[in-house]
Amino acid sequence: MNRNIAISFGLHTLLVIITAMSLPFLAKKPIDLPPIVSVELIQITDKTNIPFAPKAKKIIEKVKKEEKKLVSEQAPPKAVKKQKPDAIPLPDKKIEKIKKIKDEKQNPKKVETEVKQISEFEKKDLFDTNNIAALIDKSKVESAETNKKLDKITQDQDKSIDFGGLSLSEEDALKAQIFGCWSIPLGLPYNENLLVRIRLQLKPDGSIIKTEIIDHARMNKPGQGFYKVLAESALRAIKLCQPLRVPSKGYERWKELQLNFDAREMLEG
Amino acid sequence: MILRYLFILLILLPIKAFAVIEVDITRGNLNPLPVAVSPLSTDKKSKNIFKEILKKDNIGAEISAIVENNLKQSGLFNPLNKDAFLQKPDIANLKPRFEDWNLIKAQALITGKVTFVDEKLRVEFRLWDVLAGKEMMALAFTTVPSNWRRVGHIITDKVYQRLTGEKGYFDTRIIYVAEEGPKTKRIKKLAIMDQDGFNNKFLTLGNELVLTPRFSPTNQMVTYLSYFRNLPRVYLLDIETGLQEVVGDFPGMTFAPRFSPNGKKIIMSFAKDGNSDIYTMDLENRIVERITNHPSIDTSPSYSPDGKYITFNSDRSKYQQIYVMKSNGKDVKRISFGSGLYGTPVWSPRGDLIAFTKLHKGKFYIGVMRTDGSGERLLTENFYQEAPSWSPNGRVLIFYRETKTNSKGEGFSAKLWSIDLTGYNEKMVDTKTDASDPSWSSLLSN
Repeated sequence: MNRNIAISFGLHTLLVIITAMSLPFLAKKPIDLPPIVSVELIQITDKTNIPFAPKAKKIIEKVKKEEKKLVSEQAPPKAVKKQKPDAIPLPDKKIEKIKKIKDEKQNPKKVETEVKQISEFEKKDLFDTNNIAALIDKSKVESAETNKKLDKITQDQDKSIDFGGLSLSEEDALKAQIFGCWSIPLGLPYNENLLVRIRLQLKPDGSIIKTEIIDHARMNKPGQGFYKVLAESALRAIKLCQPLRVPSKGYERWKELQLNFDAREMLEG
Repeated sequence: MILRYLFILLILLPIKAFAVIEVDITRGNLNPLPVAVSPLSTDKKSKNIFKEILKKDNIGAEISAIVENNLKQSGLFNPLNKDAFLQKPDIANLKPRFEDWNLIKAQALITGKVTFVDEKLRVEFRLWDVLAGKEMMALAFTTVPSNWRRVGHIITDKVYQRLTGEKGYFDTRIIYVAEEGPKTKRIKKLAIMDQDGFNNKFLTLGNELVLTPRFSPTNQMVTYLSYFRNLPRVYLLDIETGLQEVVGDFPGMTFAPRFSPNGKKIIMSFAKDGNSDIYTMDLENRIVERITNHPSIDTSPSYSPDGKYITFNSDRSKYQQIYVMKSNGKDVKRISFGSGLYGTPVWSPRGDLIAFTKLHKGKFYIGVMRTDGSGERLLTENFYQEAPSWSPNGRVLIFYRETKTNSKGEGFSAKLWSIDLTGYNEKMVDTKTDASDPSWSSLLSN
């Protein structure tokens, strides 16, 4: 009897451990970059980055010494918890929210984690993130530069932090260019879901190697005349606009771009 | 618990990190699309024959001028100046040098040729996407030479549909009431013209007062109201054959007969026992059916394109407003709630909007609203204007507008105007006489 209980207890414990520890790895292929964890959590950081940049250097030094502790340090504080939900949707949210969050953060502890993450993140965006140590070294170098030109550096960080996306100013420049080139077919109905998504492959100078309409099949379906017209107008806009106004650096980031053309706002008037 | 969060983040976030950057493009320019309409090329022999038959020196250039004018009037296209064209029409039709057309900022190019084949006029035309450097459409038509203007309109319809996604409205006619003489003693005749104002013809002599001609949505039949011995009479007129018949004499005040979507019924309002209600008449068996029965004045009925609903105006809520009901007269709902009076509702052939005339603080507006009354938009305002009628594609409205007379009663005129749904492209439609009560036909060729 006791033996059975012991076996049962042992097996259950094993199950619990497997569930807690390994299931997530089973569900998805391990994305085997532990540093990324800290990077991703950071997002919040993006927002708070500027005000606390001066303190970043110290923190990064600490990080260097306590690499392994980083993840666990970030996780426990309640404050961080609050930030997480904000952090996840960040890439899609706009400046206003970012500003708010900046204002809210005045806790130096938070800053620490944020800053560390930022630096790592930046590296991750610009380079392959296979080697955390290498990343941290680079961030250290950059942080040294920040000593001299604090403001500029924080801005640079801001750009790279944006989850591998374009910074707001980069995105705005690109949008403004395409707005000028896109003649919206005014005959389209305003009340239909006409979203044309086009995947671009770009050369470093912004000229186009390849365009691909993601819902290409829809182009030739009967009754999808409006979609076809919108897709063609979007393609014309891209061709007319090239070379696109892409950032001068970070080609790896934007060598593939997806443009989502949606005319509803304009058609509704 | 925290570990779990971390694991979840581990799995989810990297996916996001490697996602392709997306940029949402939600704005563009509303400038008309620059399009080059190259004159249709003609061989010498055909050119001479057309010159003899049609008295036109260069029929190819004449047809392309019609296309160009239509595109320009639509407000959606900007036909480029021909002087800037670098490539000759005959060569452009075979193989356009896209660099040349790109240079003058053309985004689309129309080329073609006209020939005289077997006593007929044959037109081939092609539409090119200049930026993509590819052919978008190639079509050929054959018709009697006298139809050359229609060929221009049909080409425009095809180009319009290919570039905007919706059907065109160029190969159509407009029927209207031509008015002459002083305001107190107007002579009113039924008249018809192409949508661009050409081929104007009078259909009645002006002996009797004619009112509210309306085209059938399905064919070239027209119903209108005329007074015979001071009694209103509803007529049917076949534009193709010129045959006319009396639908019936109706008592008292009769208003605005209009076809049902399938053309088999007409719907109108007339006063019976001093009460104006809405009635339909089946054109086959001439049976009249009463649709509304209310002590208020119900007039100006118009069917939805699917025939399931009717919109009309009524003063049943004290002031004249727009209502929608089922085609059997049930479920009457008021849809206009703005300040002022609303009248002459007309359901769009596309089904999504109802056009109306609004009177507010002494000014008349032509506007549109959704069929539930939401999204009211006033497109144009003036001293006096009314009776909007939709183009067959539901994109443009034609209506008439009167100008103010001075203290001596001079200066009065009534003209037809068109405006598109954007409210920007407002244009006067040129008629030789004064004009009112326009109605737009369906496409002559489908």
